[in-house]
Amino acid sequence: MEKSLEPIVKNLQDKFGATYEEFRDEVHCFVKPEQIVDALITLRDEHRFELLSAQTAVDYYPQTSPRFHVIYQLTSLAQNLSVQLRVPVNGDNPKVPTAANVYKTAVWRERELLDMFGIEFEGHPDPRRILMPEDADGHPLRKDYPLGYEEPQFTFNFEEIDLRKPYAKE
Amino acid sequence: MAQLEEVTINQYKHLVSERALTGETMLLNMGPQHPSTHGVLRLLLELDGEVVVNCVPDIGFLHTGVEKNMEAKTYQKAEVMTDRLDYMNTMGNNLAYVMAVEKLVDLDVPPRAQALRVILVELQRIASHLVWLGTSGLDLAAMSMFLFCFREREQILDIFELVSGQRMMTTYIRPGGVWRDVPVEFETAVRDFIKIFPKRIDEYEKLLTKNPLFVDRMVDIGYLSKETALSYGVTGPTLRASGVNWDLRKARPYCGYEQYDFEVPVLHEGDTYARYLVRIEELRQSLRIVEQALNKLPMGPVRSDNRKFVPPPRSEIGVSMEALIHHFKLWTEGFQAPKASIYSAIESPRGELGVLLEGDGGPKPMRVHMRTPSFDNLAVLPEIVKGTLVADLVAILASIDIVLGDIDR
Repeated sequence: MEKSLEPIVKNLQDKFGATYEEFRDEVHCFVKPEQIVDALITLRDEHRFELLSAQTAVDYYPQTSPRFHVIYQLTSLAQNLSVQLRVPVNGDNPKVPTAANVYKTAVWRERELLDMFGIEFEGHPDPRRILMPEDADGHPLRKDYPLGYEEPQFTFNFEEIDLRKPYAKE
Repeated sequence: MAQLEEVTINQYKHLVSERALTGETMLLNMGPQHPSTHGVLRLLLELDGEVVVNCVPDIGFLHTGVEKNMEAKTYQKAEVMTDRLDYMNTMGNNLAYVMAVEKLVDLDVPPRAQALRVILVELQRIASHLVWLGTSGLDLAAMSMFLFCFREREQILDIFELVSGQRMMTTYIRPGGVWRDVPVEFETAVRDFIKIFPKRIDEYEKLLTKNPLFVDRMVDIGYLSKETALSYGVTGPTLRASGVNWDLRKARPYCGYEQYDFEVPVLHEGDTYARYLVRIEELRQSLRIVEQALNKLPMGPVRSDNRKFVPPPRSEIGVSMEALIHHFKLWTEGFQAPKASIYSAIESPRGELGVLLEGDGGPKPMRVHMRTPSFDNLAVLPEIVKGTLVADLVAILASIDIVLGDIDR
């Protein structure tokens, strides 16, 4: 771990009981869902992490508790440092408090997570789907969502497949 | 498939003002098929006469599920998908993904490959900025800009065709190096471009920079403050035009950018004109980098000789049993990456292009997330355009330089 990152991780440990992992000089801190907003505010205001570079999630299906990790990749321009926060969330009814009041970029990023993973962000100002159509079923980036395909039609089974092939409605 | 539902104003109630509900202001769709939205982007505008009261971007028309598709492919094969994200920056996307893979499996890249990567990615940045310059000129009625810019861009695409066989979907940069060494004509082609291009930039500037019609449309239009930009995660030239000196090529050099002498243009005005000037200056700086890298281009291999991750050259397969085994293993099963997660980012023409890559110990990535700059850059649009005229909205949208393939993924 870089020297300048040590007091920041120490602060997170003291305040939020965060645990951390290291891999190839990257630090991943694990925080509980109910503390994430406070942890982000601490990092932004006390340690000058101005930029929420990325916010995404990983699905560890079939593992259910935790099933998801919600990831916050933070960058400090002033100190040229990066730290990653991870929030483990359970599989049934996943909920995390919204970070939209801390970083504005979270508004769209959390809409994307709601759309793609079905993770709900409590207190989100605009909880709509963002990439998929409003009436879509399911959440595509979940591991139990099938990767779709189209059945190839040949002359001998053209009509048979044509019958069950989904077409756009008139 | 669920039944089609009728869309009502109630869905947008929290996004528009109360005057829209009474019918005092008008709701108008700009797009999805509109020439100045630079792709399939729909903007729901609430208009009070000519003034924009609220703007609600609606994206997803180009959603192709690239991240999901990559999870089903091996690390090498998934790279082909990255070309299709930001189709103005294919080399950069390849580089971002490949650097993430190299970091995950800890793979070294020979110096010649590093220099070639820098040359190609900088040429790509020029090509991308040229498309931006041409299309934003077109939006502001400078029609001839488009033709001039595409003339020079074609020359860059010819160089890409020379090295990779493809004009746009190159997949030339591979884990451990590049696909193969550049042909002998490469150096002349790049030198020709370096020779003519500075004069061409002067030509563009002569047409636009001091042109009163153009300047009037841009100065003091679409002000973006430093604080708003950072809070919305805006990066790249758009952020640098708001007075933040942040360029990953300088801050966290990769591919040996620290060896090259170049400047990062920063302006403090934060308006559309500043964003234009920053990008014009970046054209010159990118050309400087290309020239230096070409002068210093070292000889040597272009691919790592770590056979566990990089396939052996074709010539070895006929004579070496091990080479044949490695070739077969790498192209059928792929290579195993550790069960870990990394994040690595490069400076794309639009900003920070990050890749979050998580392996599960097998040959396929468990999760690939592309942190695409246009997504966050577009999110700030509603904030900038409030209170401007519809005609200015076109100029602002052009100045933040979005690519819809980059947003929708």
